[in-house]
Amino acid sequence: MKPPATGVVSPGKAGWRLVQRDLRLGLRRPGEWLQPLVFFLVVTTLFPLATSPELSRLRDMAPGALWVAALLSSLLALELLFREDGQDGTLEQLAVSGLPLPWLLLAKTCVHWLMTGLPLVLAGPLVATALGAPYASIPGVFAALLLGSGALSLIGAVGAALTLGLHRGGVLLALLVLPLAVPVLIFGARATSLAIAQDPMTAPMYLLGAIAVLSATLAPLAAAAAVRISLE
Amino acid sequence: MMQWLSMGGYWMYLWPSYLLTLLVLVLNVGYARRSARLARLEALRRVQGAAAQQGRS
Amino acid sequence: MDWTWFHRFGSPPHFYRIAGKLIPWFAWLAALTGVAGLIGGLILAPPDYQQGEGYRIIYVHVPAAVLSTMAYAAMATAAGVGLIWRMNVAHAVAASCAAIGASFTFLALVTGSLWGRPMWGTYWQWDPRLTSELVMLFLYLGYMGLRDAIDDTARADRASAVLALVGVINLPIIHYSVDWWNSLHQGHTLLKFAKPSMPPSMLVPLLLLMLGFVLYFAAIVLVRSRGEVLRRERNARWIAELLGAPS
Repeated sequence: MKPPATGVVSPGKAGWRLVQRDLRLGLRRPGEWLQPLVFFLVVTTLFPLATSPELSRLRDMAPGALWVAALLSSLLALELLFREDGQDGTLEQLAVSGLPLPWLLLAKTCVHWLMTGLPLVLAGPLVATALGAPYASIPGVFAALLLGSGALSLIGAVGAALTLGLHRGGVLLALLVLPLAVPVLIFGARATSLAIAQDPMTAPMYLLGAIAVLSATLAPLAAAAAVRISLE
Repeated sequence: MMQWLSMGGYWMYLWPSYLLTLLVLVLNVGYARRSARLARLEALRRVQGAAAQQGRS
Repeated sequence: MDWTWFHRFGSPPHFYRIAGKLIPWFAWLAALTGVAGLIGGLILAPPDYQQGEGYRIIYVHVPAAVLSTMAYAAMATAAGVGLIWRMNVAHAVAASCAAIGASFTFLALVTGSLWGRPMWGTYWQWDPRLTSELVMLFLYLGYMGLRDAIDDTARADRASAVLALVGVINLPIIHYSVDWWNSLHQGHTLLKFAKPSMPPSMLVPLLLLMLGFVLYFAAIVLVRSRGEVLRRERNARWIAELLGAPS
């Protein structure tokens, strides 16, 4: 039987196929992918329990609580990004396939964000209202979380690639990703608090957008380099 | 002399800063030299091990 | 341009020998300039109009802060060189910069905090420069943690190199944060070459101490690098010759 010809798939088509594959595999085990969302909801619940149920005080805390919880949830979710494919050799196959690895990793990160980040983006504004934010702030909070969670997934991918297969890589992953995620946290929380106060949030949103674009272009390159280093 | 030591009342902030700096500088020298010494010993041991093997074979 | 000097540096025995010759020079010059700067700063320089004697913390705070970023830049550059040219010596230098860089960052933060308490009334403020300096400390710790977690030296070298390069983005943030944001921290004083804001009697000791710190940093990095180079070398011959072991 003739082996399939190599190098005939375009990067675009390969990326799309990878997206479909990852989605299919991910949806087989929905529980795994819902855990970050549950974690997010639990952590944000902890804040009013630990401090005070008074809505005015919660409203002040809401941006910080929301973003710290989102950051921690996305850190937990990062374990899922490369774990399976790293273990069963798929990642290696992608690396030697001759297709551009940054592009393929971007595709993987997008699917990962769809399954772990998007739920947070959808739940976040609702949680904010539970913490005292006005309903009018929902679009603003949504937009900030949209940009921020995307950036977090991309930045996190670099950390996940660097710590691929390492013993107790989870804690180290957090240590590596958190300093790099600080700008996202700062501007995201700022944008959210402006949204809650119903003030114009253009300045931090521009910065968040810049960070998101920068991560989308540079993070896959760094992640690809890191994957190759980890697989050697 | 006492006036100089009191640094216009700021001695509580100033001298700890300087002493901490001195401590950090000294510790770094110590650790750097220790690290280099350990590496040297380890390399010598490796080399002697290899030489012994060659002598034997 | 003749690049042989660059590639010769990359040769471990060459680097080991040259570094060994440079270290005493750097060390003694560091001590000299340091003592001169200290005498100038603590004794000779006059008290400040606004801050009295308290401003003298500047003489340890600014050198530490400048070196903290300089060490990171050196680490990232060496890491980049090692990654691109696959040079073990460069990776050895990068590894050697981490601990001393983290120390300087810690020192900058603590001395800054001690300076801030009497001057601004607070030990800490979440202003951009302080925060980004703290982030750099975390970057250093992450770098050292990653190196520590990977057993294979080659993989550790290259993975930490990627991390160091990714973290470079923090450096312009630290530097320009006082321009971009209205913050508690003082604006640019030293880099205004046209009209420096400090009188020479105060400025000269500061420059001497900064030079001293740079020389000290170079000496420490060279001492550590020699050890790191040895750890990465499998070829026994030059080690045996240089260290005088029977072969």
